[in-house]
Amino acid sequence: MRDGGFRKTRRAARQGRQERWWGPAHGGTPRVDTSDIRTDRPSHAADTGSTVGTVVAPGEAAAWEAAPCPALVVDGSGTVRRANEAARRLLPDATPGTPLHRAAPGWLVTAHTRVGPRVATHGPVADRHLTAHPTPGADGDIVWWLVDDTDRRHAEEALRRERRRTAFMTEASEALLASLNLERCSEVTAQLAARHLADAAVVVAPPTGRRLPVTYCDPGGDVTHGLVRADPDQVPGLGEALSGFPPVPSRWIDPASAPAWLLPPGFDGEAASLVITPLPGHGVPAGALVLLRRAGRGVFTEGEEETARLFAARAGVAISAARLYAEQAGTTATLMEELLPPRLRQTHGVELAGGYRAARAGERVGGDFYDVYRAPNAERESLVVLGDVCGKGLEAAVLTGKVRNALQTLAPLSVGHQQILGLLNEALLDSRHTRFVTLVLASVRREAGRVRLRLTSAGHPPPLLVRADGTVTEAETQGSLIGVLPEVRSTTAVTHLAPGETALLFTDGITEARGGPLGDELFGDARLREALGQCAGMPAEAVVERVQMLASQWIGDRGHDDMAVVAITAPRHAHLSAVDGHTPGRYTA
Amino acid sequence: MTGTPPTPHVPARQARQARLYAAALAGDEPAATAVVQDALADGADPEDVLLDLIAPVQRTVGEEWAAARITVAQEHAASAVNERVIGALVRHAAPTPAAPRPGARPRRVTVACVDGEWHALPARLLTEVLRLRGWEADFLGAQVPTPRLVEHVNLTGPRAVALSGSLATRLPTAHAAIAACQAVGVPVLAGGAAFGPDGRYARLLGADMWAPDARAAAVLLAEHEPTAARRPHPAAPPHLADQEYTLVARSAPQLVRATLAGLEGTFPAFRDYSARQRRHTAEDIAQIVDFLAASLYADDPRLLVDFLRWTADVLTARGVPAHALTPTLDVLAARLADFPRAVRHLSEGRWAVSAAPSGPAGHSGHSGHGESRGTA
Repeated sequence: MRDGGFRKTRRAARQGRQERWWGPAHGGTPRVDTSDIRTDRPSHAADTGSTVGTVVAPGEAAAWEAAPCPALVVDGSGTVRRANEAARRLLPDATPGTPLHRAAPGWLVTAHTRVGPRVATHGPVADRHLTAHPTPGADGDIVWWLVDDTDRRHAEEALRRERRRTAFMTEASEALLASLNLERCSEVTAQLAARHLADAAVVVAPPTGRRLPVTYCDPGGDVTHGLVRADPDQVPGLGEALSGFPPVPSRWIDPASAPAWLLPPGFDGEAASLVITPLPGHGVPAGALVLLRRAGRGVFTEGEEETARLFAARAGVAISAARLYAEQAGTTATLMEELLPPRLRQTHGVELAGGYRAARAGERVGGDFYDVYRAPNAERESLVVLGDVCGKGLEAAVLTGKVRNALQTLAPLSVGHQQILGLLNEALLDSRHTRFVTLVLASVRREAGRVRLRLTSAGHPPPLLVRADGTVTEAETQGSLIGVLPEVRSTTAVTHLAPGETALLFTDGITEARGGPLGDELFGDARLREALGQCAGMPAEAVVERVQMLASQWIGDRGHDDMAVVAITAPRHAHLSAVDGHTPGRYTA
Repeated sequence: MTGTPPTPHVPARQARQARLYAAALAGDEPAATAVVQDALADGADPEDVLLDLIAPVQRTVGEEWAAARITVAQEHAASAVNERVIGALVRHAAPTPAAPRPGARPRRVTVACVDGEWHALPARLLTEVLRLRGWEADFLGAQVPTPRLVEHVNLTGPRAVALSGSLATRLPTAHAAIAACQAVGVPVLAGGAAFGPDGRYARLLGADMWAPDARAAAVLLAEHEPTAARRPHPAAPPHLADQEYTLVARSAPQLVRATLAGLEGTFPAFRDYSARQRRHTAEDIAQIVDFLAASLYADDPRLLVDFLRWTADVLTARGVPAHALTPTLDVLAARLADFPRAVRHLSEGRWAVSAAPSGPAGHSGHSGHGESRGTA
């Protein structure tokens, strides 16, 4: 029976390991000192008996009996041979001689009677959960060590739940924070809530006027939007949730009492539970989240309610950020509308086209500007202006708005360019702005198939004239810049454009653009003239596009100043289309 | 952006295309508009007029220009006329508003060109096709800076962004735009020659959809279901880890300068170049470096090879032997000896150029093609 001795040695070793397994779950109980078992074990123990119970030395038997881990010895026929005290407490029927199936739960019986080597198994006993580890005893007996891991399992389950919640929160935060679009945030909120927290969900936004914007998500994940004329106070808890502050707890209501508009289309009659949770925002109410569950799914547990609250907090912040962004952007857009360069169009038989690129990527205005003051009829001159306020960005753009407004007033006065510039100069000297302006004035009028031009530069690069044969000349005009000296002087050039000829007004953002193949060259006057030489006969917008394209390619991905271009072109074809400027056309963002 | 299903009126259509092409090339807007009005009067569907009449004509314009058979002025004039013709057409064709599901958000989409992209016409055509099909389509035009695109997307909340690009050299910029749109939760449909004939670069850059033409794009957009689920942020293509793209792109001007200096030593004819010829040579080298950078970004030497083949064809058409390019490629390869991918791409390009048929003898220098572009 040397084998038995070997087995016992291994068993003792295993027992030592098991002690560590169950130890933590039984913090207060005395531990088995495995070294004792080893030293107490008589060297002949394996030779003396047939079962573990009968062969052990007295010290060992006492240790077995007092072991905090329940242990059962079961023989090959499925009869309990021995149970220690802990096992008897756990399974009161487990007295020696009792068939296992009378004494132990089915899962342990199954594990014991299965064919082949026995393996650890687990299952419930009363309100506890145990894992049973088999070790071989003598003569084919099996010792089942029953380790109580109820608490560990609870902890694991809690950890799994927490991990699921964390994963959901991470997904939710990512999806919610991704967008600054209000509708999309509401959609994402409804969809995430329907998928992870309930069967269907509804986001109710604070009322606009007497209507409530509502976003529904049905169990299929389909989103619909609605604008409902309803009084939120008719729904218990909804009015408070929508007013947002002070914070109110989630409110359960009977789905049967909910108005039809509160349920996603096609979901009425299906909801078994309904909870209204406020969506707290950035100090402003973002709305309310309605969660709906069907009958089979059960009511919300405390943990789920907690999850819903955490989710609602995140969704509320995202939605109110999107709302603030939309409000701000709306304000900006309204103000910006006045500052954006106008869409140019054909004016009394003269082709006009403009192009603008602000220095800062993503911005649409800067210190360059152009505008046109359309004459009331073809007999009068229209005034085209292009200029450059020193400085960049919004601050400069605000001044361009003032200059444009001033010119708007001066243009119909039918006075000379010199007078317009003088009045503008006085206005700017009087204003609190210390900035100065350079600009070009162009008065245009169609005259017997040609275009008559009066051109005046005020401290600005003179316009370039592109003739039908491809020659490019500079208009002979010059003058002092505006907003610095009490007196301004200028000379005006008068010229005519034959069909297909163009006058190009531009800012120094074009000629001073740095880049090119070597990276640091100026685009320069010569290159601009060379490019324009190829533009004879081109429509105005094509000339503008060409110049903008060459300058942009020259710059590549490098930084640049504001760039503005206006082409004034005499049409090549007598019959002009009704390009009215209202069509979405060629322009650049 | 064409796709031409067979119809019994092919000769009539070809005649119309020829008339429109001639009118556009002459800058004759009234004649061009008359061609389109005739087609509509004959009962043609506005979408078919856009895609089977105007689009092929514009494509021909691009091809003719790329092959240096028409001038820059003609190309721009023709494009401008086509643009105006589209405007005239859509004013006459009332869109058929598709009835959206009640409560569903209106089907809104943003159409934009990659920053640095000047060929707005394909995107414009897609916009009009989508509008005809009942979409609310916002057209942001050519050369849209990515921050502006994102701002628009945030404000309008479109179901998708359709991004158009014809220039392979703008692929890195396109990548930034695609990633930015996806970061704010909006899927991107990529289209245009830049993304490869089979959309391979659209896939590489992580676009959600790719369409070979406007009709396919409209179908894909209609089928695409918006979803709250977001894909994890796509990782950068792994081959970018070697930094070859970044270093080549960042040092492009220095590379051009060094290559010019290198040509001085190895290419005797270069010493006799005029200032103008030198300037054009510098522009050509810069283009080659741009395409090399793009091919490194996409890890696909075909981008560089195709560009060099096209350049060789243009040179040949102008009586310059295609092998005039090889000294430049050799000098570049020597400068970039420490960049294994760049060296491999350059050597594939060199092989393609030396395999190309040689034009008439005599070398007149690089002549005026410093603004090469694809034929979208």
